[in-house]
Amino acid sequence: MSQPSVGYTVGFAAALCLVCGVFVAGSAVALKDLQDTNKRLDKQKKVLSVAGLIEEGASPSQSEVEELFAKRIVAKAVKLDAGVYSDAVDAAGFDQRKASKDPSMSVEAPANSAKVARVPEHAVVYQVVNGGSVEQIILPIEGKGLWSTLYGFVSLQTDMNTVQGLTFYEHAETPGLGGEEEGLEGSKGLWRQRRGRTQGHQGQGRRCSRRPLLGRRPVRRDPDLERRDQHHRVLVR
Amino acid sequence: MSATPSIVGKKEREALIDPLFNNNPIALQVLGICSALAVTTKVETALVMSVALTVVLMGSNVAVSLIRDRIPNSIRIVVQLTIIASLVIVTDQVLKAFLFDVSKQLSVFVGLIITNCIVMGRAEAYAMQNGPVSSLFDAVGNGLGYSLVLILVAFFRELLGGGKLLGFVILPLATEGGWYNPNGLMVLAPGAFFLIGIFIWVLRTWKPDQIEAD
Repeated sequence: MSQPSVGYTVGFAAALCLVCGVFVAGSAVALKDLQDTNKRLDKQKKVLSVAGLIEEGASPSQSEVEELFAKRIVAKAVKLDAGVYSDAVDAAGFDQRKASKDPSMSVEAPANSAKVARVPEHAVVYQVVNGGSVEQIILPIEGKGLWSTLYGFVSLQTDMNTVQGLTFYEHAETPGLGGEEEGLEGSKGLWRQRRGRTQGHQGQGRRCSRRPLLGRRPVRRDPDLERRDQHHRVLVR
Repeated sequence: MSATPSIVGKKEREALIDPLFNNNPIALQVLGICSALAVTTKVETALVMSVALTVVLMGSNVAVSLIRDRIPNSIRIVVQLTIIASLVIVTDQVLKAFLFDVSKQLSVFVGLIITNCIVMGRAEAYAMQNGPVSSLFDAVGNGLGYSLVLILVAFFRELLGGGKLLGFVILPLATEGGWYNPNGLMVLAPGAFFLIGIFIWVLRTWKPDQIEAD
């Protein structure tokens, strides 16, 4: 078309932005509830699978997950510097990651190799209960991966020294590269096969270990050559 | 637009069928390679990616074509990009709401559809010059051409690299008590490159007119 006026150009751009904005914002708002449910269910599924209560890779229904979670898992808030359970925050609804970003609810992290900048004052841990007794403790972990921060859980047996399970529930690594995706998400992940001793922390059953958990991929016929020697360090909080 | 009474005239049929083999976006136009390498480790992710791209392509082609006469030339590319970006964001939201597990596997690659050259390329090369109906057919055709290559590559990569198809075990892996030693090259990106190269080679043997003159 022949040279349109500046006014037309600006007006067209503004109208386009308005229409696209409404389209995008509308869909985000309309779908938010569904997405939040999905995220919550996914996290619950991960908690259950790291405890060994469901098979990784199985697809239980929403009600099955919620039922099992309600029956076997108890969320507890921990005041990190004191290392004791705390009632100051509601464990079930507490968003630990948001707290890390809020200066009033977090402190600077001590020097660590997992590139974690801030640590919240309270963290949420999960107890795996059977009947009345606690069988395992599930701790949140986070650390820098290759492109993004990885968030996951590690499950310890009550001797606080044996790792029962390890899983990641959120990351933004590129999928399908060298099996990394399988490693973080799938049951065959080389990560998850590494059972056994961690550097358990000393202490009277406290849950505020800050020692880095070193994970080295077992060296076997690993098609992912570039990651064979890469250490994954996560900060166990 | 063609003046034939039927809405599916010759032009529309060509727009639909050509991109499958005659003018395949990956094999001939050489567009959209990066995602073709990244998401084809499994057939399932390749399928979802194909559908997502085709939907975005259809939406963007039709939208651009509808307003093609009104877009000021100076902001043409930005306008196309805005439309494409909005469509991709909405697609991402829909995936997160309805296909959460798959969206986790695809993670950043759904967002990268914005940068996929096929979408921008077809908007600029076809939708700006043609009406909405033919643009729609062109979008479906190019989407199908892209899907064809993606699914083919994923088929071989998942089968030879992991012994599975769509998660079902076809060749039992030696590490799990079977006999098949998986081909590690198929799991890495260069494996996808080789497969695409072979596909182009086979295609040009079948249709020699695609070979560029030296």
